[in-house]
Amino acid sequence: MTQEMEATHGDAAASVGSRWPEVAVAGSLLAIAVMVIVDSLRVGIGWADDGPMSGYFPFYIGLMLMASSGFILLSVFLGWKKVNPVFADREQLSGVFAMLIPMIVYVVAVTLIGIYLASAALIGYFMRRHGKFGWLSTAAVSVGVPVVFFLVFERWFLVPLPKGPIENMLGF
Amino acid sequence: MEELGNLINGFSVALTGPNLVFMLVGITLGVLIGVLPGLGGANGVAILLPLTFSMNPTSAIIMLSCIYWGALFGGAITSILFNIPGEPWSVATTFDGYPMAQQGRAAQALTAAFTSSFVGALFAVMLITFLAPLLAKFALKFGPAEFFAVQLLTFCSFVGMSKEPPAKTIAAMMLGFALAAVGMDTVTGQLRMTYGFPELLKGFDFLIAVIGLFGIGEILLTMEEGLAFKGKTAKINPKVVLQTWRELPRYWRTFLRSTAIGCWMGITPGGATPASFMGYGMARRMSRDPQSFGKGEIEGVVAPETAAHAAGTSALLPMLTLGIPGSPTAAVLLGGLLIWGLQPGPMLFIEQKEFVWGLIASMYLGNIVGLIVVLTTVPWWAAILRIPFSVIAPVIIVICAIGAYTVHSAIFDVVMMLVFGVVGYLFKKLRYPLAPMVLALVLGDMAEASFRQAMLLSQGSLSIFWSNGLVGGIVTLALTLLAWPLWTGLKSWLRAREAHYRLGGVR
Amino acid sequence: MAKTCSTLRLLTASAALLLAPFSQQALAWEPTKPVEFVVPAGTGGGADQMARFIQGVVAKNNLMKQPIVVVNKSGGAGAEGFLDVKGDKGNPHKIVITLSNLFTTPLATGVPFNWRDMTPVSMLALDQFVLWVNEESPHKTAKAYLDAIKAQPDKTFKMGGTGSKQEDQIITVMLEKAAGKKLTYVPFKGGGDVAVQLVGKHIDSTVNNPIEAESHWRAGKLRPLCVMDKAKMPYTAKLTATMSWQDIPTCASAGLPVDYLMLRGIFMPPGVSQDQVAYYIDLFKKIRALPEWKEFMEKGAFNQTALSGQEFVDWLGKNEQMHRVLMKEAGFIAQ
Repeated sequence: MTQEMEATHGDAAASVGSRWPEVAVAGSLLAIAVMVIVDSLRVGIGWADDGPMSGYFPFYIGLMLMASSGFILLSVFLGWKKVNPVFADREQLSGVFAMLIPMIVYVVAVTLIGIYLASAALIGYFMRRHGKFGWLSTAAVSVGVPVVFFLVFERWFLVPLPKGPIENMLGF
Repeated sequence: MEELGNLINGFSVALTGPNLVFMLVGITLGVLIGVLPGLGGANGVAILLPLTFSMNPTSAIIMLSCIYWGALFGGAITSILFNIPGEPWSVATTFDGYPMAQQGRAAQALTAAFTSSFVGALFAVMLITFLAPLLAKFALKFGPAEFFAVQLLTFCSFVGMSKEPPAKTIAAMMLGFALAAVGMDTVTGQLRMTYGFPELLKGFDFLIAVIGLFGIGEILLTMEEGLAFKGKTAKINPKVVLQTWRELPRYWRTFLRSTAIGCWMGITPGGATPASFMGYGMARRMSRDPQSFGKGEIEGVVAPETAAHAAGTSALLPMLTLGIPGSPTAAVLLGGLLIWGLQPGPMLFIEQKEFVWGLIASMYLGNIVGLIVVLTTVPWWAAILRIPFSVIAPVIIVICAIGAYTVHSAIFDVVMMLVFGVVGYLFKKLRYPLAPMVLALVLGDMAEASFRQAMLLSQGSLSIFWSNGLVGGIVTLALTLLAWPLWTGLKSWLRAREAHYRLGGVR
Repeated sequence: MAKTCSTLRLLTASAALLLAPFSQQALAWEPTKPVEFVVPAGTGGGADQMARFIQGVVAKNNLMKQPIVVVNKSGGAGAEGFLDVKGDKGNPHKIVITLSNLFTTPLATGVPFNWRDMTPVSMLALDQFVLWVNEESPHKTAKAYLDAIKAQPDKTFKMGGTGSKQEDQIITVMLEKAAGKKLTYVPFKGGGDVAVQLVGKHIDSTVNNPIEAESHWRAGKLRPLCVMDKAKMPYTAKLTATMSWQDIPTCASAGLPVDYLMLRGIFMPPGVSQDQVAYYIDLFKKIRALPEWKEFMEKGAFNQTALSGQEFVDWLGKNEQMHRVLMKEAGFIAQ
């Protein structure tokens, strides 16, 4: 799939290269590897007389993660000028962010006002913004879905989901 | 043929009008539980428990166990439709099920999944019926070394030559192992890599990771293509079921292989999730066209579903005869037994004959009822894909959030789900494979614990892995499977080089 | 006030059921939504079994208007569950069942919680520990087994148990002290697994709770050597051809001075009111009076000591101190 995209969206101006995303991902993996290794050293990486210690496996896992992500980083840097395959074009990325940003807002909202109101807002936003639905159907779906979830989870299956101050006020 | 007589007796216990209704209720509820990633068997039992007090124990446990069958069937639905595994054992089903749905073949994929589940379960129940005492003895042979051998085999059967760059495959796999190690080390009781955060005490849950990596990651990928699900054009026709059935007998070898894997993993008890991965891995290995896997190959749905359901069913055997539950849902059934004053263990088959055989008979019936229920709903499930993306996408996000939250009732997990979602998207774009990472996450801590338990037993000597025929055989098989792709890879590389030189190095 | 009411209610239990709406008014507080029952251990273990049993009998006997929902929070050797309860200040719709990890987990891992961070409700029972070997083992008595350990070099015998640096390993250390020799302790995930490993002869002995090994004993696969209590268990019903729970000698009488009981108790989050605690004390009193509970106690051969109020608090303080000493000696305390 990536190959196809390289072919079809070769235009550098309208697209984002995969150099920086590659660096970011491999860099994060490298950071994780360091964290794994540091903590493994703390708990002991040796092979005691009754088998490996707590840090034995994580230590080597960390080393291999470090080696592989380091290799990826290195090969990106070595090919920095030459190869920069297309990660995604700008239009595609804006699509992704159109989803990612509301999702982040949604998760923050869940922690603040509970899952029901946040879900209603999320569904409502999407239907209006991207679906161009009328107010009536938007309201019906965005209220109906959380209500159904409330009934299924809280009432029927007795699974408490995160609730906010408004639900508490209503006595749930 | 004492078993046959017992079974017929069992059918007469199980096959009453009210019991059939209870089965229907249990299955329907179970399917719902399987579909929604936030619900587990425990919740289903919680609802039905008060109902069961007016019944006799056999009817009650039939209804409760039907929740289990329903959940096994239902797990495949969201995997195929939205790439969200409803239950851990349906992760491998997403690999080919979701591409099929994208190609407009959702109904075929669902039919194949349900039918395979049924076949796997049916074989497993037959095994339980006729070989229960023998199998229970076999399960006793499994100590830590044997468990590690099986986990190694699962891993080796799945890992092979992948299309992704090797460095990225290793990085993804190691990330999975590293995440699996977070939390408490079961062998020494030490906390690892929690860095003082209480949220990390419980480690990274497999289900939260896959909901994020697969479910949320897929939504982000879909957004790249604009606001549309590719499965929109799915043909919704009840005939699809029959057409798919006509196709399925071709895969009899896959059915048999996956059933064998599933039963083996269920009894030992390795669990349904590793079984599904092993089933998928072996099917790809043995296939004449391994390249088609992951691109919507129906065999890639058949193999994991058969194995998962065979394992899920045969896992009830160690639960009944040894009292060790093979899965959380099985553990809930165990609780159900206890409330009825039935203590699972070797005496159950002797002291509660009528109950046990009633239950076994209900496994046959429950699966048949279950298959009919889920097959009739195939067109409706496929029709969900016709809902506009702008409506279904936020609903999927909500379902994912609920699913992640309910695993530990922790908001932190919802945040983690989002992080995993972004990771899933980036990995997919940058060609890091997700499957080895997920497999490492599910097997990592299990395998490490078994390995170190084995080391404690042998006082640090690796020879324990060849100390008897059983464990030695499995380990050798696993290592062979691991070496095989290297060997074939080397061979084809040599051949390619030869050809390259013969052509005078012209490309 | 609630206390006098509760005795009255016990006397007229059946009438109370019929006249439920009237008698409920007598209580100052009752749950208004489903009660979350936290189990700080995995599914299928002893605490989980007891919690699910309670969930069942409460629903069956209509002891509460609202249902009980069992939630397993086993992460970090139970720390996940305890931290959850500790953090849910003032929530009367949450209770937690404890096992020894109430004391051992904070000591072994340094995770910050203590029983004093929660509200003690009542002790339901104490769980026994029995020394088990495989039926085919040559060691017929605890003394014979102890002598065999003494006669062999360190780490010849393998003891299986649940978890690491928890009750089973503490008992193993006590046993090592008595024998003067080291054992190999192999931690497994749950008590059921441990018993099965012993049946499969992958290990030499276990200290399973009675309920975890009972079925294998009756099937003639396991043999109990001694019980780690001051007195023998009171249950006289024959479980095998020759033995009842009562026929198992105490470990002390066999020359093995090991005495350990595990708490099965109920706690609530901190900051709940007296009335709310009284409600649950009363509820568990009613549960303990049920015939199903008696049957459950007998099946699991529990020590039926039950305490609440100040007595329970005193017991907790003493037991915590005991664990601190034992774990310090064993070197299990986190730095």
